[in-house]
Amino acid sequence: MKIVVAIKQVPERDAPIRIAADGRWIEEGDLNYTINEPDAYALEEALQLKEKQGAGEVIVVSAGPERVQSTLREALAKGADRAIHIECDDLGSRDTLGVAQTLAEAIKAESPDLILTGLQSDDLGLGQTGVVLAELLGIPHATIIMHIEPADGSLKVKRELEDGWFQHVEMPVPALLTIQSGGNKLRYATLMGIKKAKTKELKTVPAAVAAASPAVALERVYLPEKQKKTEMLTGSPQEIAAKIVEKLKFEVRAI
Amino acid sequence: MSGVLVVVEQRGGAWNRMSFETLAAGQQLAAKLGTGCSAAVLAASAASLLPELSSKKLQKVFAVEHDLLAQYTADVYVASLEQLIRREQAAFVLFPHTYQVRDYAPALATRFKQVLISDVIAFRASGDSGSPVFVRQLMQGKLNADYHQTGAGPCFVSIQAGTFHADTLEPGNAPTETFTPQLAADQIRTKPGEPFRESSQTVDLSAAPVIVSVGRGIGEQDNLPVVEELAQALGAELAASRPICDNGWLPMERQVGSSGQTVSPKLYVAVGISGAIQHLIGMKGSKSVLAINKDENAPIFEIADYGVVGDLFEIVPELTKAVRAAKGSA
Repeated sequence: MKIVVAIKQVPERDAPIRIAADGRWIEEGDLNYTINEPDAYALEEALQLKEKQGAGEVIVVSAGPERVQSTLREALAKGADRAIHIECDDLGSRDTLGVAQTLAEAIKAESPDLILTGLQSDDLGLGQTGVVLAELLGIPHATIIMHIEPADGSLKVKRELEDGWFQHVEMPVPALLTIQSGGNKLRYATLMGIKKAKTKELKTVPAAVAAASPAVALERVYLPEKQKKTEMLTGSPQEIAAKIVEKLKFEVRAI
Repeated sequence: MSGVLVVVEQRGGAWNRMSFETLAAGQQLAAKLGTGCSAAVLAASAASLLPELSSKKLQKVFAVEHDLLAQYTADVYVASLEQLIRREQAAFVLFPHTYQVRDYAPALATRFKQVLISDVIAFRASGDSGSPVFVRQLMQGKLNADYHQTGAGPCFVSIQAGTFHADTLEPGNAPTETFTPQLAADQIRTKPGEPFRESSQTVDLSAAPVIVSVGRGIGEQDNLPVVEELAQALGAELAASRPICDNGWLPMERQVGSSGQTVSPKLYVAVGISGAIQHLIGMKGSKSVLAINKDENAPIFEIADYGVVGDLFEIVPELTKAVRAAKGSA
């Protein structure tokens, strides 16, 4: 099976949040970037599918500026066969439809059997790129997937519903699935893998010109207002512990 | 183009309660814009669901009915709603931000060359652009962002759980209309199975008066005793955020959040939990929240009553000691 995994590079989780001068995004200068975690699970699922079948190809695709190549190299080190970097410096000014169009153009040329991506991104959290991509490519999709069983020309997937419920869904290939975390354990790149990755193909292609102006716009970002008045407890660990016990005893009455 | 249309959600004749929160949001948006709010429910037969809907202040209730809507598939939901929205020329289409909506609404918006503004927590009638501004969270809840629509088609918006309240719904007496979409069985490319549960849940966190919950900040599985001891000292149930269960460090049945259990204990102690939206949904009904986290910007502090910014490995053992001492002397 030929599997394409669409990956996004995002700021690390504990990245410092400082609002940029134009008020539309955060300061990027001091950010470190990493693979979007749900996409890491999508990659893992793809690698395991290939290993189980003993055949096939895993191609990782990412759109963004030059820095996304480091995330693609990491995916190659974990076991992806080759990578496509869609060079795109204006990713932030494209909306979901614009980003999905860019990905669709690059992926179409590969004619994969299966496209996997994370269910949402850790930075924007829109949770839509996969579904929009499937719609643009005219292929069936399913979201929030925990497990994939391939059969001849079709797939049976386990989809997570709310409150601990699940459902199986069957569909023909080619198809697109958005992957939920926790279906697999993530692997680390081995030294051997890192060495091998240097010889694997990483192709750069230009991003398709945006077909239309964006349908939605991000006006500004700002720190959220607190919903509750939080009483911050400070001091040495012993002092803090004593203060908490006071609160739990006399205010919460939990001790 | 005019009016607000709220697409409500049911499965097997039972409501997803978020539907009514979204209806409240729809009524409020319509009032701000000086327009009407309607609702649409999709089912093979919606008869049993209509009385509750038409008892609300709505311009119209659409029963979108077809045999092929008996079971949810993205293909028939997208096709049915596309037809209804085109006929009704709705200016705004609101959905509850459920797993089901996440599965089809982005594709529906794409049919109109629009983009769903997803997981919205608030709106203002008019921003600088002249069109309504929708607020959503970025960076796992650490940042808010204002969005507005720039396209000319209908504006698609999904509403986060718990941000609008069903008890603010205005009552009324709405007329109902049946809408029969043009659907064919061969349009459906996926074959859904019946929903099932993995195993009988043996841990019922919803009944626990005190919960100690652990997140990524714990670092590794070997560190879990630090929080287990605190839970024991407090007589609390141990719970976790999703990443801990994903790693297999605690069983899935101890997970709190949108994909796990929803809890509202007297005291919820969040240790090393940043407070991603998916987690907050499961615990924001707690009476008191104590959060211990090294990141002062962690969104958990937005809903905490008591907060400690610091190293959990220094604070939690001291707290365990102090709780034991307090209980011993009680």
